[in-house]
Parts: sequence; C-alpha cells; structure tokens
Amino acid sequence: MAATKETAAAVRDVEQYKYGFVTDIESDKAPKGLSEDTIRFISAKKNEPEWMTEWRLKAYRYWTDLGDEEPTWAKVRYPKIDYQDSYYYSAPKIQPKLESLDDVDPKLLETYKKLGIPLIEQEMLAGVAVDAVFDSVSVATTYKKKLEELGVIFCPISEAIQKRPELVKKYLGSVVPYSDNFFATLNSAVFTDGSFVYIPKGLRCPMELSTYFRINEQNTGQFERTLIIADEGSYVSYLEGCTAPQRDENQLHAAVVELIALDDAEIKYSTVQNWYPGDADGKGGIYNFVTKRGACRGRNSKIMWTQVETGSAITWKYPSCILQGDGSVGEFYSVAITNNYQQADTGTKMIHIGRNTRSKIISKGISAGHADNTYRGLVRIASKADAARNYTQCDSLLIGSTCGAHTVPYIENRNPSAQTEHEATTSKISEEQLFYCLQRGMTQEEAVSLIVNGFCKEVLQTLPMEFAVEAQKLVAISLEGSVG
Amino acid sequence: MALLEIKNLHASVAGREILKGITLTLDGGEVHAVMGPNGTGKSTLSNVVAGREGYNVTAGEVLLDGQDMLIMSADARARAGLFLAFQYPVEIPGVSTSAFLKTAINAKRRAQGQPEIDAMEFLKLVKEKTKILDMPYDMIRRALNVGFSGGEKKRGEVLQMILLEPRVAILDETDSGLDIDALKVVSEGVNGLRGPDRTFLVITHYQRLLDYIVPDHVHVLTGGRIVASGGKELAKELEAEGYAKYLDAAA
Repeated sequence: MAATKETAAAVRDVEQYKYGFVTDIESDKAPKGLSEDTIRFISAKKNEPEWMTEWRLKAYRYWTDLGDEEPTWAKVRYPKIDYQDSYYYSAPKIQPKLESLDDVDPKLLETYKKLGIPLIEQEMLAGVAVDAVFDSVSVATTYKKKLEELGVIFCPISEAIQKRPELVKKYLGSVVPYSDNFFATLNSAVFTDGSFVYIPKGLRCPMELSTYFRINEQNTGQFERTLIIADEGSYVSYLEGCTAPQRDENQLHAAVVELIALDDAEIKYSTVQNWYPGDADGKGGIYNFVTKRGACRGRNSKIMWTQVETGSAITWKYPSCILQGDGSVGEFYSVAITNNYQQADTGTKMIHIGRNTRSKIISKGISAGHADNTYRGLVRIASKADAARNYTQCDSLLIGSTCGAHTVPYIENRNPSAQTEHEATTSKISEEQLFYCLQRGMTQEEAVSLIVNGFCKEVLQTLPMEFAVEAQKLVAISLEGSVG
Repeated sequence: MALLEIKNLHASVAGREILKGITLTLDGGEVHAVMGPNGTGKSTLSNVVAGREGYNVTAGEVLLDGQDMLIMSADARARAGLFLAFQYPVEIPGVSTSAFLKTAINAKRRAQGQPEIDAMEFLKLVKEKTKILDMPYDMIRRALNVGFSGGEKKRGEVLQMILLEPRVAILDETDSGLDIDALKVVSEGVNGLRGPDRTFLVITHYQRLLDYIVPDHVHVLTGGRIVASGGKELAKELEAEGYAKYLDAAA
C-alpha cells in the first residue's frame, strides 16, 4: 500500500510539473513495477508533451492486454521474468569517480589492454576522473558544433521530443509500431532515452556518428530508443556500442531502433555488442531482446546493418529492412559468437515491397562451449515486387562438440519474376587446421582467433576501420578458453 | 651434440603400434632422407615428432638441441625450431596468406624476445623470398592454400620454411604433386637454406627428389623400423631394385 501512496503522491507532483514546475521532484525512482502511474511518472520526469504520454499509455495498455505472453518461438530458454519486480525509472546515477586506473578491477583492465583501447578511453570507460590533458567532452562538443552547422541533429531522443516534436511525432513508431511485439511494446511504454538523428537533404554526413561520443553523458538505461532519419539524398554511418565489456545492473534490455531512409538516402548502422554474457557456468548475464528495423521508404534508398554480437547471456535480435521504395536495397551482415552457456537467436527480415528491390544477407554464427546459436531469417517478396532479388548466405562454425548451431530460414515469394538464393554451411574448426597453425608456432588461442576471423572476414570488413580492428580482437577474446 | 635425436621411438594409433623403435641422429648441416613404401609409418614419424594429437608415444625420446620435445606441445616445439612441411597443406578460408605468415613470424619472434615485425620489413622480406621460389607476389593476398594448385601449396610450404628459418625441417613428401620445374625450384629453396646450424629430414617415396636435394644419409623405413641406412647411393639402389628386399627383411 505504501508504494501506491507514494505513486499517488508522485503523480500529484507530476500534475504540477506539467504546468511549468520545472525544478526537481524529490523522488528519483519510480515505484516498483509497471502501472499507468509509472508511465505517467516517467513521462512527467522527462517533461514530455501530452501526445508522447498518450502514446506511451497506449503502448502500456496494449502490453497489458498481451498478458504475460512473451514470444516463445525463439530457441532460447530463460526463467520467467517478473515485470512487476523491477524499477522502470531511476535518475541517472552519478558513478563514484575513481582516483586512477589503479583502483579499477585488474581483470577489466586486462581486457581493455587486449582490445588496444587507448589509456584515456580506458579511464573514461572505467569511470576514472579524466583530467584536462585530453578532454573528451570538449572533443565531443567540437564535433557537435560542426554537425549543427551542417544541419545534422544528433541528440538524446528526450531532447528531440522537446526541440523537434514534429519530427519525432511523424516518425516515432512509424517503423516499429507500439503494437509490434511484446518487447517493443514494453519499450514504447517505458523507454527512458536513446539517440535521435536527422540528416538533412543531400548531406553526406562527414563523420561516423557514434554513441561513443556520449559515453560519459547519462546512462541510457535498459529501454533504449533510437530513431534515425536520413532525408532525401543523404548518407549517414552510425556506430552503436562498444567493444569494451559493459556491465549493467539491469538484466533485461529491450531496445528499439527505427531507421528511415527517404529517396536516394543511405543509412549504415553498425553495432558491436559486448554486454556481460554471464560467467562460465552461465550465471548472470544480460538478456538482450532488441527490435531493430529500417524502412527504405524512398526510391533507391539503402539500409545496411552490420552487427558483431559477442556479449549477453541471451540475444534475441533481428535487424530488418522494409524495402518499400522501388530500387531500394537492404543488407545485413552479422557475426554472432556464443561461448559457454550463451544463447543467440538472431537474423534478419527482408521485406520486399517495391519493384527492383534487392537484399543481401551474410550471417556468420560461431558457437563454442555449451552455447546455442540460431540464425532465423525471413525473406518475403510481395506480389508487386517485380524483379526483386535476394541472396542469403548463412555459415555456422562449431568449436567443440557440446555446442549447437541452427539455421531457420523462411522464404516467401509471391512474385514469379523475383529471385532468391540461399546458401548455408556448417563446419567445424578441423583438427588439421589447428595442428597446421600450431606447427607454425601459434598458440591454440592465436590459431582459433585467426581461423575464426577468417571465417567472419566478409562481415568484419564492412565495419568502419577503427571498429573493425577492435572487433577482430574482440572475436579472439570472446573465444578464449573455448579450445584445449 | 646432435641437432635432432630420435631414440628408440615407439608410437601407436588407436592401440595399433606403427613406429616400432626408430633411432635417427641428425647433425647440423646434414640432410637425412627417409624412404619407404606407403603405409610404413613415414607420415606417422613426422606427425609424432611434430607433436600432433592422436598418437600415443609408448617409448623413446625426441631431443632437439638436447631439449625433450615429447613433453612439449606442438606449438612450443615449433617455436623451439621444429618445422614440418606438410604433405597436404590445409586450406584456411578467409585468412590471407600474408596474415598467416605474419602471425607465424611474430609467434617465433615473441618466443625469442624480439618485437613484432614491422609491416614494411615484412613485405620486403616476403617479396624477396617469393622471388627465390618463383612465386607470384600476389599469392600472399589470397586465402591460405584456398584454390592453390598442388605446386603452389608446396611452394607455399617452402616459403614458410624459409621465412621461419627452423633448426630442424621435416619435409613430408614435398615432391608429391610437383612437376619437374616446380621440383627444381622447391629444391633450390631448400638447398639455399642448408647450413651448419640446420638439419633436414626429407621423407619421400621416390628417389627423384634426392637428385635435387642430395642427402648425406639415406634410411629405409618399413614396418615401423629403420631396416637399412647408407649414403646417397642407397637411394639409387632402391630406385633400381625397389623395396621388396627390405619388406622381406621386415617380415
């Protein structure tokens, strides 16, 4: 009962808040569990306009109607999540600043070192107070200024809701509607923050936009919401995530990413995900239930997803493309590595609607230890998608004899002039290959890393340069101890 | 001290004894040829010395510079200076030959406490060595052994040997699948590496290779034992008379 009272009080505060009461509210945490009050509380905390609050509530009501029916079709197992047993809003925590890297967990530092992360970034990642020699904040500010001059909007989505409501209103939920799926619906109701990007007409964004720039801004939390719009004839490359291992006290992550490419626009979205996978026995670890989808709305538009998924206990993720515009192109390049007791069920959907649309899927799944790795994909060609083409290649690599690799491709073709190709292979690192490398003086781990990186090459080479180098090292680190 | 000593080596695979007491002593500067019919344990000998898994050494010793090889892992043996040119070099898709070579060179350098090889130095070195072997330099951009012809694969093995400068090199049927021109080139590569600090164990079925890589000693291996040893003339004799006489002896 106390909690309910607290909520009621909070909501009363909120009512005041709505009318310009802009200073702080005392409580920094929403009451435990999910209710309309919680949603209103979050919305109020963020000083959102009413349409936003209503949208969240619509999503929440829809989610309630779904009951506790989480999707069960994926090949993943986890204990039932009690959604009433968590907090959906807490003010960004100020991490205690450490004096120097000497205070940081040596194991974490070792990983940073292996990844070749520069010292200054190590300090930022580990939460050490960075001194003024190289001020990352000022670098980020410089970039921001440059981007602003070009007309690029790159800011937290909460800021965009305030400053560019017309854009957010027009596009939010237009690719992933609030009713899309259990986790996306939950996200729509409770998302706390995320990124917003708008690239104006005809602009080729001159730098890679990266969440990295916002690394020491506030924590975006477990329900991240990203919206990227590339206006006609523009281009943007967006990097998400970080090769450095990230820990989070929240076990469930349910992000939503929406991309919109208008006529002749191109969006390249690259992810390196390395959240805590749990320990070697499968305890702990993040559940990553993400909905990522891009709409190639304009003619000859293009969306390219590249993902390197090495972390999380469970990955449930299908970055997809809706190819509406005639001549539009969707590409999906994926490396998913599972080790120990990790489970990944990941793939893509390519929905061909426009004529002459093309899609390409290259998926590389690597499984070691007791892990399970599933590729699940859909290629759908609508009846009007004349001359649509798809090429799919799914390769699985097994390390050891206790892991699993599965491929579940769906192809639905309703247009006789369309062509689809599907190739799939499953292989093991052979004893011959390993011995060959060892005989040349490489250690077991070096050998596995070399062979696996070769296996993933087609995908890794689509990553931006600096990301690619780190990703290669990450591949090696993720498989440490998997052979031998 | 001998560079490589194999003493009374016994080894079995899946409970079946293949090597039944091999003793060989290789001094620096020497080339030893081991000849014999198929299925007599020639490849087993090279695999056991190199430390491949799946073989059970039941007795004997293998010493490189007096160091006990049998207690070391395959990669540690390689770093100690043991090199095996494979009869069937494996394909590693997606791994460029240059990336592979660089990783191998750096593994060796690290073991010797040297810094990693500089990128320019590496390219220069490889360019120079590919020329010796009459290989197109472009080859190092291709995935290792993938789609290589038989001859290209064997040249690749010798290229690796030249780059890694081993103390002991075992050539396992390096002549198989080579035409006469390739055979000459490969042999020249090997001969260029001969020197007092190095020894070669050349395993072959045919005498042909030994016209180009002239051995100091020739051993006949049948039934898991060395049944005869001699000078280079022994190879000629085998060529003329075949192995029949030794098979009888072994039986």
